[in-house]
Amino acid sequence: MNVVVAMKQIPDLQQIRIKNRQPVFDDVPLTFGTIDKNALEAGVMLKENNLAEKVIVLAAGSEDLEDTVKEALAAGGDEAFLIVGDDLNGAESSIIAQVLAAGVKKIDDVGLLLLGEGSGDNYSGQVGSRIAEILGWPQVGYAGAIKLEGNKAIVTRVLEDAEEVVEVALPAVITVVSGINEPRIPSVTQILKAGKKPKEVIEEDELDGINKEALITTVSNLAPESDRKRIVVKNVAELVDKLRSENMI
Amino acid sequence: MAVLIFSDKANLALELLTAAEAIGEKAKILVINDDEQAEILAHAGAEVYKINNNNDVVLADTAQIAAVVKEAACKLGADIVLLSSNRRGKELAGRLAQKMGAGCLTDVSSMEINGGRIECKRNALGGATVATQYINTDKKVIAVAPRSFAPYAGSGGKVEELALDLPAAAVKVLEVKAKETDTVDIAAADKLVAVGQGLNSKEDLPMIEELAKKIGAEVACSKPLATDKKWLPEERVIGLSGKICKPELAILLGISGQVQFTVGIRDAKVIVAINTDENANINAMADYILTADLHEAVKEMNKLLG
Ligand SMILES: Cc1cc2nc3c(=O)[nH]c(=O)nc-3n(C[C@H](O)[C@H](O)[C@H](O)COP(=O)(O)OP(=O)(O)OC[C@H]3O[C@@H](n4cnc5c(N)ncnc54)[C@H](O)[C@@H]3O)c2cc1C
Ligand SMILES: Nc1ncnc2c1ncn2[C@@H]1O[C@H](COP(=O)(O)O)[C@@H](O)[C@H]1O
Repeated sequence: MNVVVAMKQIPDLQQIRIKNRQPVFDDVPLTFGTIDKNALEAGVMLKENNLAEKVIVLAAGSEDLEDTVKEALAAGGDEAFLIVGDDLNGAESSIIAQVLAAGVKKIDDVGLLLLGEGSGDNYSGQVGSRIAEILGWPQVGYAGAIKLEGNKAIVTRVLEDAEEVVEVALPAVITVVSGINEPRIPSVTQILKAGKKPKEVIEEDELDGINKEALITTVSNLAPESDRKRIVVKNVAELVDKLRSENMI
Repeated sequence: MAVLIFSDKANLALELLTAAEAIGEKAKILVINDDEQAEILAHAGAEVYKINNNNDVVLADTAQIAAVVKEAACKLGADIVLLSSNRRGKELAGRLAQKMGAGCLTDVSSMEINGGRIECKRNALGGATVATQYINTDKKVIAVAPRSFAPYAGSGGKVEELALDLPAAAVKVLEVKAKETDTVDIAAADKLVAVGQGLNSKEDLPMIEELAKKIGAEVACSKPLATDKKWLPEERVIGLSGKICKPELAILLGISGQVQFTVGIRDAKVIVAINTDENANINAMADYILTADLHEAVKEMNKLLG
């Protein structure tokens, strides 16, 4: 049984600058979302416990993916399945879900599809649920622990006020929370080896039946206005004085 | 444009009733296997449709619940489904939308009608920006962030039973462990003292609590302190996946200020940042900046405040 991990290539959010309230993406490097790295780590751990054969990284995005994916292959992915297309970076959830579901269908013997509970940039949490519906698989979101027993997964779903332990038959879709594990940092040798791991790259238009109708229209996407005083105080006494003068304490 | 509401939590369903009003609709509410919720909602003035005591419905089975909600929306003639954007609701949203052929927005913090469209606001780019978006399709699934609307308070509601054809559940619940409930709601606090990974150890928390107590604040934190280190409960997390807070005063200690955190505190009236790094991102959004070790600074503040 193979585990597929869906990982989204996103701009490094700390490096996005805001100009006239607009985000500027020039020269911002691409990386994978941090929670997606937790999903990868969860898959790699299943493999290390001999519960899965291969961990396959699945991603849809621009051609840069071929480079970005090295990061994930170094961190334990065995193979990559990449779907590239000019308009796939930042495409809406309904389109990405169809593309990824079509990708899953092209991969042999998938028992588990792992995703992050939300992507680093959009954080809409829709992609996993939409794929599960397209494939007709059961799903468990917000997993804080995953165990495999035969053809079943025992998953701890972490909710706001409770944790519930559930059992589902495989194949299944599971999304993970960041608390599930601590992703490993690949060593230099692993990074060097990553370049040689198998990669299958297909063009988006090789996939049939993708409905590219836009379901969402974005009117604007602006940074909120902020005008902070940014007064540098020298010491605690000065800080306390300032806060007292504002009647804050 | 009939609206159907579903949430596993009564208080969030009440917020959704207010949200529906904001777009000019009196919504119907679906309640699954929860007589108490049905009663609370009817008492507050809602038109409740209840699927009763049907033990074949498992809330933990997102696929089955999506089928139930879709079927109910169909029977009640609703094109718009409002869900709560708590974890259950957010997980349900995508599956339901895919089933209904609907466009979907989650974590929506405000909704208003503009030119006949329902314009929704939600955080984008990890919280660096706020996107205004609307759904193009006739069928719409909108998951509304908790605490974005006040709970509805009316009277004279009613409860009706709804019979539906249900698919079998494919998820089996083995165990439910309730989390220890935290009585503090940081989103409602006037003042917050928030700590981040600059805090050396759990043993340093008492002095943070002491400071909070002295100024009448609640203690909050950045995400890693709760999810990785587990020093504080997750209910205390400020930010994109935590709570959006709007206190009068926020004292931020040893927090770097990544967008997913700042989105939860940027509406505070006065922000104080104490950080050893004078170039920390958080300083760009602070009113008062102190470059110092937080442990030393807090000890001194506790002393000065007597
Ligand atoms: C999808 C997604 C959602 C997320 N949601 C949230 C969220 O809701 N809330 C959230 O907080 N994070 C969230 N995060 C994580 C976020 O990206 C950051 O990792 C996190 O906010 C960093 O926490 P921090 O500032 O405490 O730690 P760090 O970034 O490690 O910063 C620690 C800071 O402490 C300072 N420091 C160190 N020692 C001292 C000292 N002795 N005295 C004073 N200062 C000191 C350092 O200079 C540094 O600035 C999310 C991430 C993702 C991908
Ligand atoms: N373009 C993509 N390629 C691969 N995986 C993706 C992509 N977009 C989203 N995902 C996965 O879906 C999860 C949820 O994304 P979202 O619905 O955007 O919050 C992410 O954490 C990823 O695991």
